[in-house]
Amino acid sequence: MLSAAILIPAVLNGLLMGAVYALVALGLTLIYGVLHIINFAHGALLSAALFAAFFAFKLIGLDPYLALFLLAPLFFVLGYGLQRFVIGPASHGDDRNMLLVTLGIAVIIENALLYNFRGDTRTIDVPYAFQTFNLGVTYLAVPRVVGFVAVFVVALALWLLMTFTDIGRAIRAVAKEKLGAQLVGIDVGHVYAMTFGLGTACVAIAACLLIPTYYVNPGVGNAFVLVAFTIVVLGGMGSVPGAVIGAFVIGVVESLSGLFLGESLGQIGIFLIFIVVLLLRPTGLFGARA
Amino acid sequence: MPNQKYLLNRRRFLATTTAATGAIAMPSILRAQGAPVKLGVLHPVTGALSYSGQQGRLGATLAIEEINAAGGIKGLGKIDPVLGDAQSTPEGGVAEVEKMNSAGVAAIVGGYASNICLATTQAAARYELPYVVDVGVADGIVTRGLKNTFRFGPGFGVISKTALANLNAINEAAGKPAKTVMIVHEDTLFGSGLAKLLNAQLPTQGFQILETIPHPTPTRDFNNVVLKIKAQNPDLVIPANYYNEYVLLARTMQQQHVRPKGIYSVLGGAASSYKFVKEFPDAAKYIMDCNHWFDPRNPKAVALKKTVEDKGQFYTYEVYMNYSCIMLVADALQRAASADRAKLTDALASSTFAGHLMPYGPTKFANGQNEGAAPVNTQVLDNDIKVILPATFANAKPVFPMPA
Repeated sequence: MLSAAILIPAVLNGLLMGAVYALVALGLTLIYGVLHIINFAHGALLSAALFAAFFAFKLIGLDPYLALFLLAPLFFVLGYGLQRFVIGPASHGDDRNMLLVTLGIAVIIENALLYNFRGDTRTIDVPYAFQTFNLGVTYLAVPRVVGFVAVFVVALALWLLMTFTDIGRAIRAVAKEKLGAQLVGIDVGHVYAMTFGLGTACVAIAACLLIPTYYVNPGVGNAFVLVAFTIVVLGGMGSVPGAVIGAFVIGVVESLSGLFLGESLGQIGIFLIFIVVLLLRPTGLFGARA
Repeated sequence: MPNQKYLLNRRRFLATTTAATGAIAMPSILRAQGAPVKLGVLHPVTGALSYSGQQGRLGATLAIEEINAAGGIKGLGKIDPVLGDAQSTPEGGVAEVEKMNSAGVAAIVGGYASNICLATTQAAARYELPYVVDVGVADGIVTRGLKNTFRFGPGFGVISKTALANLNAINEAAGKPAKTVMIVHEDTLFGSGLAKLLNAQLPTQGFQILETIPHPTPTRDFNNVVLKIKAQNPDLVIPANYYNEYVLLARTMQQQHVRPKGIYSVLGGAASSYKFVKEFPDAAKYIMDCNHWFDPRNPKAVALKKTVEDKGQFYTYEVYMNYSCIMLVADALQRAASADRAKLTDALASSTFAGHLMPYGPTKFANGQNEGAAPVNTQVLDNDIKVILPATFANAKPVFPMPA
């Protein structure tokens, strides 16, 4: 039964799904991977971004791919504000406090969404939602292919930002040695907030690329978060290329293990690979050695 | 010399204790004068099943509002709903039962999912608290000998039997074009239980099951499942899952140009949903379903549909099932003339309530199961959901196989 006619589409589908995961993981690799903030609010922020994209389409007819240019800056500001005025002051620099504060934010966001929009599942109907590329062996959904291309653009932009800009250098400096960065005049609070803002902007981009083929409800973001955490650690904490490659690995492994073991057990493959990689390379695929 | 103001003399003691006794006794006096009857309304209004849970709560509260607007339960007063959230888990449901018991509810209605209902009915049984299951279809809910548990709707056994009989009827009327089947089901008690029954019964009716594919809730992607369907090319696909996954599966099938001779759902999460039909008319077209459905000939059911739609909500089965369950409990309360749990349990057990919205006839419980409860078959035709079987109140004829 498992002929090339099934295996090839399954691998292709895994790559496209991996692109979706990569979009969610890119934001997290900055927040969790670079600053080591265990951001439990990442999923809730993704749900909020999906709602924002949904209403941008429903209320003002803004196509999700255009809404991206509006929502990414908006969510950057939201993320910046959350870190600067809520997470930072409330956590006093303690990792455990950060974890609890982000968990609290997640609960507030999810319940605010639930209170305002009910548990109703919503979808948008864009003209290209059902358009496909016919590859002979399978059909690839146009929005998924757009997401696949977009992930490389976003990753490249992030990599350039982290490597060649002052803020990128400052983020890396703070991640490596917070006190040292402070001593050389870097505003650590601002850098933390910028990083959180960038990570949250990535979530908004992910939402805009995801919504043409997916649905939104108040808890939808959680379906992606555990996988995103796994990808960040697998790819190497803070590594942008690691997050992208890690996401593709996870996407393909999940797809193939779903095919061989069944959808219910498909997740096993993800965590088997995760354990094996961490046993052989504790810093992840692209993580810098300590 | 002690301050006279704080001295407790005999007269002051008597006055104080009399007032205190009066205050303590007040609730029972108030109850006798028509204090509200507390009724637990338990649904998964947050978590993965929140949409269905909120729809269920909507149906229940609409019924309570209607009863209260008409003056409440005769002789007992108005109903005071104690709303609970099972958080889409059995543990969450059990925690709410404990709270509702402490709050002194006369009965609980709801649960929605089979695994939640199994746990919550058992928890309620410890307090001999009457529990009316709204939807949960696992047969185990009413086969454990729990005296407090009543299920108004049909269970797996009846549903799969009806689904199979109707499938045979539809297939035979079309000249038996369907011979092979694939089942796609969610992997908790509801989907797995149903898949097991179908696996046992379909081969005896001459259908060959090519594969049974379980999937978790939530599932992020159905491309692999659809690949398998495409590779094996079954005549029929039978999905048994909740709304979100159902919609994703149907959309992916449309995207991958997979079009079997029929999609025949059994308790399909979206197949009998006006929302699905409205939002994805092409993916929904010609899908058949064997599911809970209101009696379209019943003016009350039609009026409630309008009320719900006027509120901007969809008239889903959770709404009218819960509405009917509350009305059933209200009827039992009136006959019991008491909010006492034992009396209410007896009144439910002997219920012949016929004022519900379902095509069941008068209620008759046998070991907690409403014997008249049965599903109906629907099909998405002309961007609407039509009843195709049973013939007694069908408003359309089945279109099978699906036109190319």
